[in-house]
Amino acid sequence: MRLHVQLFARARELAATATVVIDLPDAACVSDLRHALSTQHPQLAPLLQRSALAVNGEFADDTDSLPANAEIALLPPVSGGGE
Amino acid sequence: MIRLTRDTIDYHALVDRVRCNHCGGVCAFLGTVRDLTDDKVTLALDYEAYPAMAEKKMAEIEAETRARWPVGEMVLEHRLGHLQVGEVSVAVAVSCPHRAQAFEACRHAIDRLKELVPIWKKENWSDGSNEWVHPDKQD
Repeated sequence: MRLHVQLFARARELAATATVVIDLPDAACVSDLRHALSTQHPQLAPLLQRSALAVNGEFADDTDSLPANAEIALLPPVSGGGE
Repeated sequence: MIRLTRDTIDYHALVDRVRCNHCGGVCAFLGTVRDLTDDKVTLALDYEAYPAMAEKKMAEIEAETRARWPVGEMVLEHRLGHLQVGEVSVAVAVSCPHRAQAFEACRHAIDRLKELVPIWKKENWSDGSNEWVHPDKQD
């Protein structure tokens, strides 16, 4: 399957684009997507380790499957920890 | 009610909007652009959202807040784009029958918003540099 991954904030700047395209086997899960992103866009790898992935607008676990035509987004940490 | 906006947040109007006759307490929180972080001087912030998910998460936060407290009306509004020091970036206003409920519901809503809603800020420092704020999770 072909996935279009939306990028935001520092991730968008590191990749110099708002969307990257990743091809994965049909049975791939979120951890496969993380691996492919890190391999194909190594400049994203350190931030990706600290980032969430969203599938169809929900925070995804690494074991979650990737439905065909899913909307995927890479979400760097938000600044909400501070008081 | 939830809203993302590129316009100035009219917090007087938001507070008025949540007032209702069976609510004796109205609590409002405003997040504003601060000029100092440690010893670094901020000139402006840029806010960017993943809009579809941000709106979905804000609606979920309104629903979970209403499930836990007897909220009359509530508003969550977040500004996007380029904001100068002192401008309002986020506003939460909640009305409840009693004040303790209003304080608790407002605190819950802003804390969850900062934790869950995919909105990021970029610092524009006084030395001309800029930096997205992506803190480590343990911070």
